[in-house]
Amino acid sequence: MRAPLSWLRALTPLSAEAGDRSSVVELASELDSLGLVVERTEWVGEGLSDVVLARVLEVAPIKGADRIRRVVVDRGGGETTEVVCGAWNFEAGDVVVLAPVGSVLPGDFRMERRKMKGVVSNGMLCSGRELRLSEDHEGILVLARPGSEAPHVPGFTLGTPLSDHLGMSLDVVFDLAIEPNRPDCLSMLGIARDLAAHYGLPLHTPEPRVTEGERPAVDLATIEIDAPELCQRLLGRVLTGIRPAPSPLVVQRRLILAGMRPINHVVDASNYVMLELGQPNHPYDLALLGGGGLRVRAAHPGETIVTLDGATRILGGRERRDDDLLAGLDGLICSANDVPVGIAGVMGGHSSEISEGTGQVLLEVARFSALAVGRTSRHVGLRTEASIRFERGVDPEGMERAADRFCELVVDAAVAAGVEPPVVARGLVEANPRPFERTNLTLRPPRVNALLGLSLSAEQMMDLLRPIGYEITDTREGADGGTRPADGAGVEQVPVIVPSFRPDVTREVDVIEDVARTYGYRRIPKSDRRSPYVGKLDELQRLRRRVRRVLAGLGAHEAWTSSIVDPAEQQLAGVTRSLIPLSNPMVAEESVMRGGLLAGLLTALRHNAGHRNPWIRLFEVGDVFGLAGGFELVTAPEEGERVALVLARQNDDAGAAVNAWRVVADAVGLEGIEVTQDSDGTENLGGLHRARSGLLVVASPDTLAGVPHEPGELAPGTVLGAVGEVDPDVLAAFGVPHDRVGWLELHLDRLVGAPRRAELARPVSRYPSSDIDLAFSVDESVPARQVEAVIRTAAGDLCERLELFDVYRGAGVPEGRRSLAFRLRLVALDRTLTDAEVAEVRRRCVDSVQAALPATLR
Amino acid sequence: MTDRMAGEDQPFTSAELGEIEAEARAAIEAASSLPALDAAERDALGKRSRFSGLYRELGRISPDGRKSAGQVLHELRRRLEDMADSRRAELEAVERAERMAADHLDLSEVLPGELAGHLHLVTEVREQLEDVFVGMGYEIAEGPEVETDWYNFQALNIPLDHPARSSVDTFFLELAGSEDARYLLRTHTSPVQIHLLERGELPIYAVVPGRVYRRDTPDATHLPVFHQLEGLVIDHGITFGDLAGTIDTFVHAIFGEQVSTRLRPAYFPFTEPSAEFEMTCQICGGSGCRTCSMTGWIELGGCGMVHPAVLEATGVDPEEWTGFAFGFGVDRLAIMRHGISDMRAFVENDVRFLRQFA
Repeated sequence: MRAPLSWLRALTPLSAEAGDRSSVVELASELDSLGLVVERTEWVGEGLSDVVLARVLEVAPIKGADRIRRVVVDRGGGETTEVVCGAWNFEAGDVVVLAPVGSVLPGDFRMERRKMKGVVSNGMLCSGRELRLSEDHEGILVLARPGSEAPHVPGFTLGTPLSDHLGMSLDVVFDLAIEPNRPDCLSMLGIARDLAAHYGLPLHTPEPRVTEGERPAVDLATIEIDAPELCQRLLGRVLTGIRPAPSPLVVQRRLILAGMRPINHVVDASNYVMLELGQPNHPYDLALLGGGGLRVRAAHPGETIVTLDGATRILGGRERRDDDLLAGLDGLICSANDVPVGIAGVMGGHSSEISEGTGQVLLEVARFSALAVGRTSRHVGLRTEASIRFERGVDPEGMERAADRFCELVVDAAVAAGVEPPVVARGLVEANPRPFERTNLTLRPPRVNALLGLSLSAEQMMDLLRPIGYEITDTREGADGGTRPADGAGVEQVPVIVPSFRPDVTREVDVIEDVARTYGYRRIPKSDRRSPYVGKLDELQRLRRRVRRVLAGLGAHEAWTSSIVDPAEQQLAGVTRSLIPLSNPMVAEESVMRGGLLAGLLTALRHNAGHRNPWIRLFEVGDVFGLAGGFELVTAPEEGERVALVLARQNDDAGAAVNAWRVVADAVGLEGIEVTQDSDGTENLGGLHRARSGLLVVASPDTLAGVPHEPGELAPGTVLGAVGEVDPDVLAAFGVPHDRVGWLELHLDRLVGAPRRAELARPVSRYPSSDIDLAFSVDESVPARQVEAVIRTAAGDLCERLELFDVYRGAGVPEGRRSLAFRLRLVALDRTLTDAEVAEVRRRCVDSVQAALPATLR
Repeated sequence: MTDRMAGEDQPFTSAELGEIEAEARAAIEAASSLPALDAAERDALGKRSRFSGLYRELGRISPDGRKSAGQVLHELRRRLEDMADSRRAELEAVERAERMAADHLDLSEVLPGELAGHLHLVTEVREQLEDVFVGMGYEIAEGPEVETDWYNFQALNIPLDHPARSSVDTFFLELAGSEDARYLLRTHTSPVQIHLLERGELPIYAVVPGRVYRRDTPDATHLPVFHQLEGLVIDHGITFGDLAGTIDTFVHAIFGEQVSTRLRPAYFPFTEPSAEFEMTCQICGGSGCRTCSMTGWIELGGCGMVHPAVLEATGVDPEEWTGFAFGFGVDRLAIMRHGISDMRAFVENDVRFLRQFA
């Protein structure tokens, strides 16, 4: 909302002046504090008050100069001034603009007395460009020429400052962001009202005076409302004998500053009324309205209309629903002959537009349903100054004033332009099927203080509310105004009547906000309220933080990729679950919710490889989404938090990923989670190299026997993630240049329930330990972890550590087998192990492995 | 020592001894390496040395003379051995110094190893914020990113025809379901307010960090996917003054004590009264600059007293309980703090960008 300071000052005597910068800055800051946020402050029309109108009396050549001439001008009051001028586009009798010595032109250019070719120049005749009025610099600005005075520039008073002549004094325009709950401030009057209340100034609400003609309006036009749910009230004014005329300069100037283009005095008056009072309205060329009247009804499905902007709009196309009375209903304004002439509250029709030839005007001032206008506006994709105002709520009690103000402006414009004014027909044409009633609320002053942390008296609150339009019975009188408690300590309840222009105020708390706002948010004392709780992170939050740091410690950078992704890329990355599509995506490449993190991280990897940083590790923590399986008709979305690590340093592969997993498990204290490669959990291995990847699952109780741990809530076999390598075809599909890329993905939200390392400390032996190295030749079909498990069981309690330290294939090991060398460290808590004991354990281990597995000791 | 000690009984003269000592001292002194020193010591005191010859002759003199002569020889041996030891220590020190010098490493020629990775800037800022609120006794609450219309809009008193509900701003999900349970991507972290209120454990002191979605075309200051942090406090007798004070407290904790905050009226459907909160501009320190449009203040987020309709929607009595909520953009805060000109850098995941931060 663009609000010129001069317009606001016409409604309330603000002390701020455009010429006083600090007063303007102060006003802008107060507007902010009222919630009318100033997004920009513009100064306009600088330098126009120093230059004056002058008439050329004499033009004479200067001896020895062929490009400049001596000019004598009459600057009013019998004074003449002599200047030297280099322009040739004027002659004696012309009205021109003189910048006298001492004046300052735009751009801080000060006029000095100068001497040229022996002639003293006491100023300058100005061009349009020098005054920043136009781009014209071909010659000086000639305002009028004898006999051809422009009709819209009535009379010249020589010596008048140009700013006064044009009605263009230095001005300021505030560009305000008006919150949706303050439709009243989509008008100069509303803004002025808040300012007047804030500064304690009087508010000069326009009280238009209309001299009506003899003929009653009802004889000239009819108004009918068929759909009161779309239009609660419609009133009309009829003007006859319209002659085309331009608006007075001050009206034009204000419209321009507020961001609208002056057109003619009828259209300008309509726009002016909307800007000044906030009431959108529409003038029709009555002669072009078939049947001489208006009718509001719901549009039929598919009905079309050509709007003022020349576009064809289709209405009534939405689906109707039983539970919503307004669904599918677009308000249409028709002529009495049922020809569409406007979209209710949005835009008028092309067919009855005001033109040069318009002689009779029917002005429509309506109260349309906010909901209906909002829906229609969105549906036809047309937001207008009118629809924005109707959607938020227009003052139902301001309709007559708006209609009269329009008539007054049209008549005044004609008078100012020197044409015969139109006749305003007597009375209104009106349909009012749903009369407006004001909202009555009860305000409890103690509640106000309790909510705001203030201790205002009821009377103070009333003094804050009255200037912004609330009606309150005087509480000092007691009686029916407020009810006092028996002890007379304070007023417990005050009935308030909400101003008609505040549709947002529907309950007590809205009134409390107005008290706070007018009192000043910044004046409300800050208090220190402390939480009674001890703050802490929950287990998942702690775990998430730790995992993040461990991964960063492994050299990985944290990435953040979008959760809205390309379904084709998800498929390429092996996501097989049902993805959740967006019903209103912006582009096809961002149209589903990601089902996994692989695609995003590979894309990030490609980006970095493309910038010559291929050897990196990246990780991401974030939610992934899918549709819950099942046969129900209503599908439910599933959302889970994952963390994924992509390992793409030189030599990174599945092995690096397994070791990364071991570091994470160790650092986080996970125990009893196995890497299994025999499962066919296709969903969890999507996009991965099947032969070099496995699932992370909660181990069975058998496997965990003897391993000190705290079992979690998760059932054995629960999948916690996957580890391994990305499928080389997937790498190629994503344009990742690496041969091998390691991958680790964890269901972060499941880790909380995973088995953990035992909390109780285990004692450390003081006695020397003994190492046994055992190398077995093991069939390729047997995973090393199986051999390890057998050794661990066989070694029993004496096993302090068991580690695979060498894998060998080649000479000395039969085909189809490989050598796996384990180092077993034995120790007892209470003694040094004897050689015999160590040998016994060794024998047990060897026997168990050879008996249980296709393996032989080497 | 006299010329001949104890007359004929002495097997050596003091001149003889002096000669032996001088010779040995010279040899030890001259030894320039440990083997040379060992040889010099052997020559001086070894079995075949003149000195040892004198020892052997002790047996041939009287016990009285033997004792005193023996003592003289013993003292000489001690002197020479001490000397050799100290020379040895000297030579060893030199040798060690040479050995160490030969083991020199130019620390600037060390080949680079792998460095640790980095947390994302947004994570970094989010965790800092979480820590501030944990310190203030708040819990960190979280909620799903896929929400229903009820949690994201209706329960938050966002009327059916509020512009934010139109498909222009909100991503809706294509799922079979009734109109009322329409699924969408949460447009703010505020639905977690409803989850917290529905939990029924009052009072509530919580902050909610999380990812949110808006149907915006990405540009330098907007991403369709971004992060917010929301606060909710519900207790007996919570006031607007408490809200203003709390905002002061956490802004001080995050930006420092020199920063001021202030509120100005605003509109949000789920708070009443509603406000925007601003803090002293970090660029100019409050004197006015281009970043703050010459006002000296930077808008940080929105806040207000929880609307009674929100409490009613979750079965909480607004006459008994009051509260406030506030929220702001985590990414925006990160941008402000690190002077990042284009937010799209966040989703590009270029390591040259990522590794710049903590």
